[in-house]
Amino acid sequence: MVDVFFIAMMVVVVGGAIVALEADEIVYGAIALAGSLFGVAALFFLLNAPYVAVFQITVYVGAVAVLILFTVMLVRQEKWANEVSSRSVTRLAGVLTGVAVAGSLAAAVIGSSVTSTTSLQSTSFLQIGQLISTGYAPILEALALVLAASVVGAITLSRVDREESGK
Amino acid sequence: MNSLADYVFVSAVLFGIGVYGLVVKRSALRLLFSVEIMINAANLNFVAFSQYLWKDAVGQTIVLFSIALAAAEAAVILAIVVVAYRLHKDVDVSKLKDLEG
Repeated sequence: MVDVFFIAMMVVVVGGAIVALEADEIVYGAIALAGSLFGVAALFFLLNAPYVAVFQITVYVGAVAVLILFTVMLVRQEKWANEVSSRSVTRLAGVLTGVAVAGSLAAAVIGSSVTSTTSLQSTSFLQIGQLISTGYAPILEALALVLAASVVGAITLSRVDREESGK
Repeated sequence: MNSLADYVFVSAVLFGIGVYGLVVKRSALRLLFSVEIMINAANLNFVAFSQYLWKDAVGQTIVLFSIALAAAEAAVILAIVVVAYRLHKDVDVSKLKDLEG
């Protein structure tokens, strides 16, 4: 049996994703994407993974969504509507590909017997902390380097040279 | 109670939407949206399987790493979008042909 909150969050997640891709004004699309990511965080809560849920909210809804909003406003064009390239053939191919991928994924797993389990693991902050600080510590260090490198790279890429901007 | 199949279903639908966006859209920002949606679908799957079947915290830990990586990737992509817009006044990926041989 599926509870009401799950269905509501499912509608938020899927609807937000669709609006994010189909909204005419891309600012609304960015906001809808943030809503969709927030819905995924709510699903993490339902899965008894509150640490991941809060991490998702801080990183995605807090940082990435705001970053996307800023970029959208920086590169604003008068007419976003004409980016909808698509001849109807492309659009049809896209819908078919999406439905085929989603359908085969769902059919492959939902048909099997393991997916009917309903017993859920309880919350385990302690286990996460132990894993991060022992076995996965090298990955954490590497990830810190990757984040630093990506931020430096982003700054270097988007830096405006003084001579270039002065003219 | 929800079963694992419900979460897998949501994840599959999200991934399908992401694939649709990658195929149809041409704006670089929409492509970034699609990639983010697909990453979220994968994360949801990860946590769901970990919580229902394995019942340890490895899935959650890996999803934490995955979210951090996605944030780094989004920062770099957005910087590239800003540069492309400054050079071409356009973010339509079918018109960005400078690297074409």
